[in-house]
Amino acid sequence: MLIGKVVGSVVATRKDEKLANQKLLVVQVHDHSNKPKDQYVVAVDSVGAGHEDMVLYATGSSARQTTQTENRPCDAVIMAVVDSWDLGGANVYEKWS
Amino acid sequence: MYLGRVIGRVVATQRYAGLTGVPLHWLQPLDEHGADMGDALVACTVVSAGPGDLVHFVDGREAALACPETFVPVDAAILGFVEQAHANDKFIGRTAAGAR
Repeated sequence: MLIGKVVGSVVATRKDEKLANQKLLVVQVHDHSNKPKDQYVVAVDSVGAGHEDMVLYATGSSARQTTQTENRPCDAVIMAVVDSWDLGGANVYEKWS
Repeated sequence: MYLGRVIGRVVATQRYAGLTGVPLHWLQPLDEHGADMGDALVACTVVSAGPGDLVHFVDGREAALACPETFVPVDAAILGFVEQAHANDKFIGRTAAGAR
């Protein structure tokens, strides 16, 4: 999985009907030292992630392994909202600070 | 599957239901010389690996098969520890002398 920050959302009324009533969020990819990369992904939200949340998303066929995205044309799904992470004991990101 | 080194831990309490209780770690993939290969990624950990451990992991859809519940959105899973790996007569990990 990769980590990214929710920086926007996508509204598309005319789209493949299999993607109907799915929340599409724009995620900017961050690296492990929490530096934003110039790389964006549109991912289906399956855990109720909000704006500016740091999230974990899965890509590829694994993204279809949720009750919500099963057999749907989706290759990126947000599967967790990150509280914090550390590298070798040093806190790199904390949601509450 | 790839070699990797666990470099950190991720805490995410709000997560997909099937993944409760599955630890998440930052993982740096390694090449056959033990040097960094590509970007770090987050993997589900099904063995008790912690930061600093040399491990091997699987990515893609098969990673979900290593998790307690297999129908989960997971694309990387740490499968096991690597005591020693050698390729082109180069050793990685614990060599005979026990050095990390």
